[in-house]
Amino acid sequence: MSSTTNSPTHHTSTIGSIGTPSRRNTELALLVFAVVIPVFAYANVGLAINDELPAGLLSYGLGLGLLAGVGHLAVRKFAPYADPLLLPLATLLNGLGLVVIWRLDQSKRLSANYPDAAPRQLLYSALGVALLVAVLIFLKDHRVLQRYTYISMAGAMLLLVLPLIPGISAPTYGAKIWIKIPGLGTLQPGEFAKIALAVFFAGYLMVKRDALALASRRFMGLYLPRGRDLGPILVVWVLSILILVFETDLGTSLLFFGMFIIMLYVATERTSWIVFGLLMSAAGAVGVASFEPHVQQRVQAWLDPMNEYLLSRKGIYGHTEQSMQALWAFGSGGTLGTGLGQGNSDLIGFAANSDFILATFGEELGLAGVMAILLLYGLIVERGIRTSLAARDPFGKLLAVGLSGAFALQVFVVAGGVMGLIPLTGMTLPFVAYGGSSVIANWALIGILLRISDTARRPAPAPAPNPDAEMTQVVRPS
Amino acid sequence: MNKPLRRIALFCGFLVLALLIRDNWLQYVKADELRTDTDNRRVAIERYATPRGDIIVDGKAITGHKETTTGDFKYKRTYKDGAMWAPVTGFVSQAYGANQLEYIEDGILTGNDDRLFFRNTLDMITGKPKEGGNVVTTLNAAAQKAAYEGLSKRGKGAVVALEPSTGKILALASYPSYDPGTIAGGGDSDAEAWKKLDKKNNPNDPMLNRALREVYPPGSTFKVVTAAAALQNGLYSSADENTKSPLPWTMPGTTTPLKNEGNIPCKNATLRVALQWSCNTVFGKAGYDLGNDKMLDEAKKFGFTEEQFTPVRSSASVFSDNMNDSQVALSSIGQYNTAATPLQMAMVASAVANDGKLMKPYMVDELQAPNLDTIAKNDPAELSQPLSPDNAQILQSMMETVVEKGTGKTAQIGNGVTVGGKTGTAQHGENNSKNPYAWFISYAKLADGSKPVAVAVVVEDESAVRENISGSGLAAPIAKSVMEAVINSKK
Repeated sequence: MSSTTNSPTHHTSTIGSIGTPSRRNTELALLVFAVVIPVFAYANVGLAINDELPAGLLSYGLGLGLLAGVGHLAVRKFAPYADPLLLPLATLLNGLGLVVIWRLDQSKRLSANYPDAAPRQLLYSALGVALLVAVLIFLKDHRVLQRYTYISMAGAMLLLVLPLIPGISAPTYGAKIWIKIPGLGTLQPGEFAKIALAVFFAGYLMVKRDALALASRRFMGLYLPRGRDLGPILVVWVLSILILVFETDLGTSLLFFGMFIIMLYVATERTSWIVFGLLMSAAGAVGVASFEPHVQQRVQAWLDPMNEYLLSRKGIYGHTEQSMQALWAFGSGGTLGTGLGQGNSDLIGFAANSDFILATFGEELGLAGVMAILLLYGLIVERGIRTSLAARDPFGKLLAVGLSGAFALQVFVVAGGVMGLIPLTGMTLPFVAYGGSSVIANWALIGILLRISDTARRPAPAPAPNPDAEMTQVVRPS
Repeated sequence: MNKPLRRIALFCGFLVLALLIRDNWLQYVKADELRTDTDNRRVAIERYATPRGDIIVDGKAITGHKETTTGDFKYKRTYKDGAMWAPVTGFVSQAYGANQLEYIEDGILTGNDDRLFFRNTLDMITGKPKEGGNVVTTLNAAAQKAAYEGLSKRGKGAVVALEPSTGKILALASYPSYDPGTIAGGGDSDAEAWKKLDKKNNPNDPMLNRALREVYPPGSTFKVVTAAAALQNGLYSSADENTKSPLPWTMPGTTTPLKNEGNIPCKNATLRVALQWSCNTVFGKAGYDLGNDKMLDEAKKFGFTEEQFTPVRSSASVFSDNMNDSQVALSSIGQYNTAATPLQMAMVASAVANDGKLMKPYMVDELQAPNLDTIAKNDPAELSQPLSPDNAQILQSMMETVVEKGTGKTAQIGNGVTVGGKTGTAQHGENNSKNPYAWFISYAKLADGSKPVAVAVVVEDESAVRENISGSGLAAPIAKSVMEAVINSKK
């Protein structure tokens, strides 16, 4: 069987693994756009603010182009059948994020208090792409990760506990999710824990999924899991609650729990898990909100941002005008936005270039721009789930859907929070927001998805010579 | 595992869809509401992003603008002789909003007025930066200077000068005043200045526009209104007719005789003599004879009880209704509840000088687009006719007698200029314990018979010795210098 022949009947196939073209040239063409668009945006900001092309235009363009080129070559060499959309999408988002961070660096309101962030973000992006390349080089097959199921769990736990340890903890504005690395700055271990936990869940569920799925009682139309099978879900639930209570980080807590429920559902195909998951997260959230003032305040700010703004203006401690400022930024942007560099989203102040960066897109690129950004995220997620569908092994399927689902939840929690759809939680918008941990971890995430998709789409190796070959026919699902 | 995977894909699609719907809600449905929310700082940033247009007096701007170096408001307002012009301009501040002319004509000054929309759109297409338009006032710089300097030598008070034939406001001064330039910015020094100007911290209340917003008992100057009522209602038909007024005259319904200031010839005096010496008995009785309704009617024709919009609003002056006889008598000599703004008393003098026709007072001559094209022009408008031309002539000759040989001699100008006026010294406070207000209202008539200016002056000088407060001593010299300034600037 030749890998280059491609039967027309395969177009409708969800597996589509045999005879798939590599699509590397498609990726390259898309990458050109993913580099050129941010370069134009960068020039746009410079012209809007200083009436001249920014001095760093060439080096910035070359830098981003280099990152894209290195990523592309690594994929071409080490994962030639990988999904052609993931790398350009991530590059485009990262590039636009850099432009907006640089634009906020130019703000007079912010520059007095914060050092320039764009050069550092470029460095983080380079580290992220380096990690992507490392993943592609050293992770020849994602199934290798299966061996590290429990090590991943221990690693994730350690990462999550680190911000609580005095001495290396660096609490900032109410949330204890950062740690200090002497000489290097701060790190948000939660971002890396996300990947480690996905690996653990995938490995664990792959082994236990039959027990969880089949050994259950039917009650009121739902399959109730056995008590002993409830163990792991309870552990994860408790873990999420603990994160919420001790690190006062609603977003990460929601993210981990949501990711686990998604993977559990995919592994067991039991709707009852979704029902349980929703009930437990609701109970947990309400329970914690009843005694945790930080969470209560976030909910208040969500319900009545204007009141929160006025309280903050009066100088009452513990209130922030950011939510309202973000809403004003979105509203002032309108349909088409003010144009890059011409808005006032820097009124948001602290975290304008990280948690609230979407508001700058909203004001300066308008409804059109934000919808485009959201659709780019949607595409990444759907390509991730497509990879999961195409994956031939359950571990790969679970890992891909876990990472994609977590990515989707993170985007929803951050963007929904900034736009006032749900209470605000301190999380970063993947690739776009300023923050080393987030950028590096998400590039690694893309690396793993690329690896799984490469394995999934790679043509099956030619079968070993089989004496019966001539008498058997390959029956493909179509 | 693919069935749940497809469902998860659908679920993630819904998450993105929810975000898209929310974004449309925010940036399309709610966009205008959020964009124009007054708490949204962008509204203020936009407002100060372009140089504000100017307020013009005698062809010269009395305002300006300056680029600020700190903060996000690009331009701030500056004022030339800010304290002198404050009653005209009001203020516009980056931190404290705006008032008076700066507030009322904000649309023109910022360039956001609908009447400038077409022009702005053109400018946007041709790439010209947006600018504000100008407000051209009717004021006379020399008269304003004379008024403000006169007041600053005397103490608290106000001056209003009008052009009788048109109602144009020529001077509008209030003292003590403030420099609106000190609060134009949004910095710490502005906040400090603002705090100092606050009435709570400053009993002199320098931000009060006394010319338009303070009502004072008009005292004897109100006798001009009473005389007008007597002539218009036929109580007396000439200035030199015996008014058959007894002396002493006991107010009806009381046993209290109405007192005159000093020993003056008020018994059976003519209106001319009564006005010349400011006889309380004669005008008190005249008011009583006319009755509350007729007095109120005449006062209303002069503008009492109505707010005036110049376009800056003035307070309504007071003449009460439903008073008993003695109260009517007291009200008719400018006491009891009677109270008037300086603008109101200038309107009285102006109506008499304009042969009985009261013109609507106004201070905005025209509004200009940034390229100095006229957008809107104010034409003089008649407000009412409180006096017939004949009666106006009679009252003029009476007021001219006051200045020629009565209480208003200090306002004489000479050089062929005839001045008609009336002094007033209004008592106020519990049992008249506070220092009285010194009033003077007058007009000037040139040799050719034209009357270019009518003026009202009120001075409240807490430091002056009580006996020294008289319309003649304190207020009339200021009125004189304002009238001279107007006359000289016409030459």
